[in-house]
Amino acid sequence: MPKRLVVVDIERCVDCLLCAFACARRFGEGGLARSAIAVRSLGGVERGFTVVVCRACEDPPCLHACPVGAIEKAPVGVRVSLERCIGCGKCRQACIIGAVQWDEENNKPVICVHCGLCARFCPHGVLGLEEVDHG
Amino acid sequence: MDSTLARVLVVDLSQHRAWVEEWPELFQTRLGGTGVGIELLEKLCPPGLDPLAPEAPVVFVVGPLTALFPLASKTVAMFKSPQTGNLGESHCGGRSAVALRLAGFGALVLVGRSQVPVYVAIHGEKVHFRDARTLWGMSSSVTVGRILREVEPGSGYRTILRIGPAGENRCAYAGVIAETYRHFGRLGLGAVFGSKNLKALVISGKRAIPIPAKAAYQALYRTLHEQAVKSGAMKKYHDLGTAQNVAPLNEMGALPVRNLRVQRYPEEPAFSGERLAQGFLGRRLACTGCPVACIHLAALREPHPLEPYFYKTTFVSYDHEPLYALGSMVGMTNAPGVLRLIDAVEHMGLDAISCGVALAWATEAFERGLVREKDTGGLRPRWGEEETYAAMVKKIAHRDGEFYDLLAQGVDKAAARYGGEEFALAFGSLEMPGYHTGPGAYLTYLSGSRHSHLDSAGYALDQEALNRGMAPDPEAWAQRLFQEEAWRQVLSSLVICFFARGLYTPPTVQQALATLGSEWTTAALTQLGEDILRRKYAFKVREGFRMAGLRIPTRIAELPTPHGAVDPDWLRRGLRVMEQLLAHAPG
Repeated sequence: MPKRLVVVDIERCVDCLLCAFACARRFGEGGLARSAIAVRSLGGVERGFTVVVCRACEDPPCLHACPVGAIEKAPVGVRVSLERCIGCGKCRQACIIGAVQWDEENNKPVICVHCGLCARFCPHGVLGLEEVDHG
Repeated sequence: MDSTLARVLVVDLSQHRAWVEEWPELFQTRLGGTGVGIELLEKLCPPGLDPLAPEAPVVFVVGPLTALFPLASKTVAMFKSPQTGNLGESHCGGRSAVALRLAGFGALVLVGRSQVPVYVAIHGEKVHFRDARTLWGMSSSVTVGRILREVEPGSGYRTILRIGPAGENRCAYAGVIAETYRHFGRLGLGAVFGSKNLKALVISGKRAIPIPAKAAYQALYRTLHEQAVKSGAMKKYHDLGTAQNVAPLNEMGALPVRNLRVQRYPEEPAFSGERLAQGFLGRRLACTGCPVACIHLAALREPHPLEPYFYKTTFVSYDHEPLYALGSMVGMTNAPGVLRLIDAVEHMGLDAISCGVALAWATEAFERGLVREKDTGGLRPRWGEEETYAAMVKKIAHRDGEFYDLLAQGVDKAAARYGGEEFALAFGSLEMPGYHTGPGAYLTYLSGSRHSHLDSAGYALDQEALNRGMAPDPEAWAQRLFQEEAWRQVLSSLVICFFARGLYTPPTVQQALATLGSEWTTAALTQLGEDILRRKYAFKVREGFRMAGLRIPTRIAELPTPHGAVDPDWLRRGLRVMEQLLAHAPG
């Protein structure tokens, strides 16, 4: 059964961003330019955080919004063809939870592939993988 | 090494202009952080310059490991200290380091003075000088942060560095606050911001950093991550935070209480790490890139003083040092009172340690009749009286009258005017940290380049000696502390949090740099540490610092430590050895 990334327990998030850095290391690089996961405070760090992760929608709005067919369904979530992508940003607008991140350096979307690397490096058990029965 | 590390963004507040300079050789030979910082400070700060002059530079530097390795989470600030008149060096975490590095810079230099109050927003390559006249004069640094969060982009990866009223009013120990709960606390960076009419800095960026040796990098990252998360090395910072020191120091009789008139409470204080965790801990936070999350916030829930069925919940960041300075040092006995005092100091934007020690000195001076009600504005400071202290904190931040104006410059200046030098607990003009553990701690406070307990951690040497039954020897201990401080220069050049010093051994540092294409031998790293330390000492001497001229308050010798009474002659002998070690010509 394929697995998708989920937020298991947001109360333990400490805003270390190790998830976002782990995501960048998929490509063997540092920084945050191509990280598919983001952490934001809920109006000040004392109020806690939200971790924005792709929900692996069964019928993904980002895919429908793409005018050139660069986004395709994958066993879990979607895959982006960067060759076909024209960088219009419609996918980003279509995702109302803000899970389509943006690579400003290349003007391309960055969408989670649910590999789970971020969860492996979350030191406090905020993230996990769960089995999905669709797809 | 990634080429953007060598980019230095220079911001001229007089001209409202910014430009980028490239310093590749400097970063290659001095890594970053402290190593690069002292070179830039030396170059940009002419001898004898007034620390609050428009030309006075502020240098922020990150390092080659920033945003790449766990716990490489700090930014080094270097400036001329308005408190000591020599080296100003302060380290801060939060998001400051990653934000600066991913904006595309290894360093940021501030020079000049704006005509009107401004804040500077740096988003990647774009630098904006924004009008801060509306923010100037606001009663709290916390409000300033809230406003900037709303009006600036970069949520989730930006840093917001700001000052409070104390910085605007150029109190000598005003700090700069990052992300509400972290600080460039010591040595008065906030006053320098104030002198430049600079209310805040907002920095954000999301660059990628290329890695030359990808496989080796991934493997080393995993190893360090595992060590940080699973080994016991970081556990104490993880569970209770630095507040875990309060109870054991109290028990061993090494906690300064009531201006160091006693060294313990009869029982565990209500504001020990354990008790705060049980009664108040509301949230934990981490600096960016740190799995440990040592930042502990207390949730202080209190009824509204006027209106029934209204409550307010205040979050207060607590660490050992503020708990000591605004707790035991001023004789507090209840936890909510200590937390409220810490909060008051945060709103004003003062260094918690210096402020607490200043209040403690003032209390004793008042008791002894050196200071009277006509000086204090009618206030009667007494041990543990929170409301009086809270009122005094505001007066310090606003330099309200001659007494508070002097107190805002530190206990050295205040005692020079009113007397009471024997119990004015400052070393090198910087108020003491919260360890009365023995001669090692005091040798660190006196000889450390920042006069900080973290410079060479003599308190740890005191405890090691107690455990092993070692007799303190001034020559050997000066040697040990010199070596410790020299290695810490390498860590603070990279820039790694000192709490991770157990993870980043010389071979590990060598490996980490190698994955980034930078070849160093452990011998070269050790040598670099010594060089940097000597460069810093040379800067201090250039600005008038003399080891032999250091004042040793007699109070510390009157109250036994776990090692017995501290002998000032022992300290002088240690200082002479330290001076010889530091005075070698820098390499």
